[in-house]
Amino acid sequence: MPFIPHTADDIRDMLAAIGAPDTEALFDEIPASLRARSLDAIPPALSEMEVGRLMSERAAADGHRLNFIGAGAYEHHVPAAVWAIVTRGEFYSAYTPYQAEASQGTLQLLYEFQSMMASLTGMAASNASLYDGATALAEACLMAVRAHRKSKSQRILVPVAVNPAYRDVLQAVAGGQKLAFEPLPYDPRGGTTTTASLDKYRGQDITALVIQQPNFFGMLEDVDALTDWAHAAGMLVIAVVNPVSLAVLKPPGEWGTRGADIVCGEGQPLGVPLSSGGPYFGFMTTRMEHVRQMPGRIVGRTVDLDGKPGFTLTLQAREQHIRRSKATSNICTNQGLLVTAATIYMSLLGPQGLAKVASACVQRSAELVAALEKVPGVRVAFSGPRFHEAVLLLDRPVRGVLEALAARGIVGGCDISRDYPALGHALLVCATETRTPQDVETYARALADVMQSAAAA
Amino acid sequence: MHEQLIFEHSRSGRSAAAQHPLDAPAASVPDRLRRRSAPLLPEVSELQAVRHFTRLSQLNFSIDTHFYPLGSCTMKYNPRACNQYALLPGFLGRHPLAPESTGQGLLQCLYELQEMLKEVTGMRGVSLTPMAGAQGEFAGVAMIQAYHKARGDLTRTEIIVPDAAHGTNPATATMCGCTVKEIPSLPNGDIDLDALRAAVGPQTAGIMLTNPSTLGVFERRIGEVAHIVHDAGGLLYYDGANLNAILGKVRPGDMGFDVIHMNLHKTFSTPHGGGGPGSGAVGVSERLLPFMPVPVVGCDGARYRWLDQQDLPQTIGRLSAFMGNTGVLLRAYVYMRMLGREGMHRVSEFATLNANYLMTKLTAAGFELAYPGRRAGHEFIITLRREARDYGTTAMDFAKRLLDYGFHAPTTYFPLLVPECLLIEPTETESKEELDAFVAAMVAIREEAKSDPAKLKGAPYTLPVRRLDDVRAAKQLDIAWQAA
Repeated sequence: MPFIPHTADDIRDMLAAIGAPDTEALFDEIPASLRARSLDAIPPALSEMEVGRLMSERAAADGHRLNFIGAGAYEHHVPAAVWAIVTRGEFYSAYTPYQAEASQGTLQLLYEFQSMMASLTGMAASNASLYDGATALAEACLMAVRAHRKSKSQRILVPVAVNPAYRDVLQAVAGGQKLAFEPLPYDPRGGTTTTASLDKYRGQDITALVIQQPNFFGMLEDVDALTDWAHAAGMLVIAVVNPVSLAVLKPPGEWGTRGADIVCGEGQPLGVPLSSGGPYFGFMTTRMEHVRQMPGRIVGRTVDLDGKPGFTLTLQAREQHIRRSKATSNICTNQGLLVTAATIYMSLLGPQGLAKVASACVQRSAELVAALEKVPGVRVAFSGPRFHEAVLLLDRPVRGVLEALAARGIVGGCDISRDYPALGHALLVCATETRTPQDVETYARALADVMQSAAAA
Repeated sequence: MHEQLIFEHSRSGRSAAAQHPLDAPAASVPDRLRRRSAPLLPEVSELQAVRHFTRLSQLNFSIDTHFYPLGSCTMKYNPRACNQYALLPGFLGRHPLAPESTGQGLLQCLYELQEMLKEVTGMRGVSLTPMAGAQGEFAGVAMIQAYHKARGDLTRTEIIVPDAAHGTNPATATMCGCTVKEIPSLPNGDIDLDALRAAVGPQTAGIMLTNPSTLGVFERRIGEVAHIVHDAGGLLYYDGANLNAILGKVRPGDMGFDVIHMNLHKTFSTPHGGGGPGSGAVGVSERLLPFMPVPVVGCDGARYRWLDQQDLPQTIGRLSAFMGNTGVLLRAYVYMRMLGREGMHRVSEFATLNANYLMTKLTAAGFELAYPGRRAGHEFIITLRREARDYGTTAMDFAKRLLDYGFHAPTTYFPLLVPECLLIEPTETESKEELDAFVAAMVAIREEAKSDPAKLKGAPYTLPVRRLDDVRAAKQLDIAWQAA
């Protein structure tokens, strides 16, 4: 029996000890009328070898293509050491560190993670992670409502240049608690949110302003001006950031005069593979004054009975297992294994390595934009400083172009035409340090080819 | 054993240089947007990092190293094959937004997983996107609300939960904007049906139940519970935390539940990872099909594709930036294929055999059951209130001393209504020898409690640290390292 160690003798002895004639008798409290019939829709068992072959065939069918999509999930080199350690059974098969003395490895690692994220974002306090970037933003908005006691409106300004999937998740996760999300337009030339678009909210009760840096279009927002404007108007500032970019970009804690109040984002770029969409992790940091409003697990350093330093879950009075319906969130676990990957990743890269990764991203994406905008029928949507993504406007529907590129082994970007109809045929492209100048050339040539052929039109 | 902080290994100018991109000219970022001082990330060699994190791993108890009978968490063996096949390059390197034509292998796995989960739960539809049990609960309650709203039934804002429920149940109801009404359990562990009848009404959106309950026993009158709630116009939510107890034996859909979440990291053996990633797939009955969270995998004949808001216009929406914890879903898929049709019921059979055996042995050894005379589901509760009264030793003292004996402690002080309790869940993957050794350890610890209670109070002694000062941790908050 797969994964069940019992011998016939064990079963006999155990049933005898219990005083039950057979294992069926152990279910005698379940009404007979409810008992399940056979599970016909489940196929018969496969051996490990057989399932291995099946999975290998399916994975191979999906193949490997040259990827130029970002849009919230980014392909970076993941050092071999990262997942070799992450998949050690002691990390992989442990649970939430409820018994702190038997979980010091996980707890110390989480403390190190919190330290790194706090410093990377320029904030004082970090939690031990949330599900993903989108839900981290939803939790940040709910937290802002709790933290900003003077504001009664529960209105939050969310630029249209924030990742549209995140905006959908905000509505689904936080809408039930009557938060109102008000869209802010972007400047059609620069692709960024301007303080001019904010002026109509002056004097109103608004809880918070969300600023994504770089924004969904890959453009760099004027974070100082936006932060100062929001603070002057009595709002909190919620920053949504790419952690890799922070090796070269100003950390949210230094935005404007006072810095952002809550910082969150998608942690996937830090050592987590694309893996078809997850598991990833969300991160969240804040000012120390708001730490008790923060959702999720938090690890603290303390001492044991002998005065020796050790680590434990702390501030648990915020959480659902203590506060039940009054908790800061219903979140129970974090994304421990992915945080393990991120902590090892950041340790291997260090401050210089991460800055080089970020710089290579800026460089490579600039080369990509330069190469693609030379292709007839392609132009760049916005002008201004970028991180590693850009919006291209095509002279024909994007979908057909992407399918034609996929047939040539290239995943050419993300079709954002449906989310941004005003842009027309809009394609969001990305290049990280994993793309070489040859890759960029390959893409440019393939795109020129596709745009010339009538089939793509 | 002690391991310094990674920051204490750090020396300025050191690096794991093989990991640095070679071709990285300084980024051309406008000065006003540029970072001025480097973040406090460690500067260590690759070996130092590898050694540090390997050593940290050795400070953990885990399923792979220790019996881990943490009640309500289903700490069963996580087959290595599930990990290896989920990490195949074709799945691992794939961008979630790449064209569907380039992901048919993945989508087929996920579609078949949906179908298998429908079959084992008796539900009509499954959405795989919730990223943890608590998010599955959120999806479930949000669907219940959407259902009432779509019928113009706008007064139903109250969620009923038994007092023994997981904390996530009431917290979820609040996150969905509902109010919570708690109902008591009877001394035998069943729900108080009179209290339930008195609680339901035109304000009832639904009830959240775990069955077997967190008290470890099967709610025998589930049929009546379903009638009472449905007659009052409410819906039934099944918290799948304890699905391992009934897999293949009875299906939530057949018990009358309208919506369920499954903890794939429990029943379907995906790793707990030191606290995540989980996966909280939801299953729904016919009437909740239109409200499922998106995306869901659909199949038009020979091709698989993601169904989104355009296909399900009444959906409660999107709960993650992409499609949930795909890698976890692949692990659950591999696990289910290896168990197969004939393996599903064996999970609950042997989980229940192990729990009832361990319960019998502990009772025979003189420990007190919280719910005597009941069958255990896949877990059961003992109360150490006699030991507390007679020796002054608490459930926490027993838990900490168990660590010295090489066992992870069971869940302590949950459910909240049983004093000095241990909630013990052995799972089906543990051998009889392991269970016998656990009983022997419990007996030995009780002897110590009798002869030398101070010994228990000081436990553990053999772990990397002794008992930690939680009060100091909260009062003198140190949650991030500062450079000296």
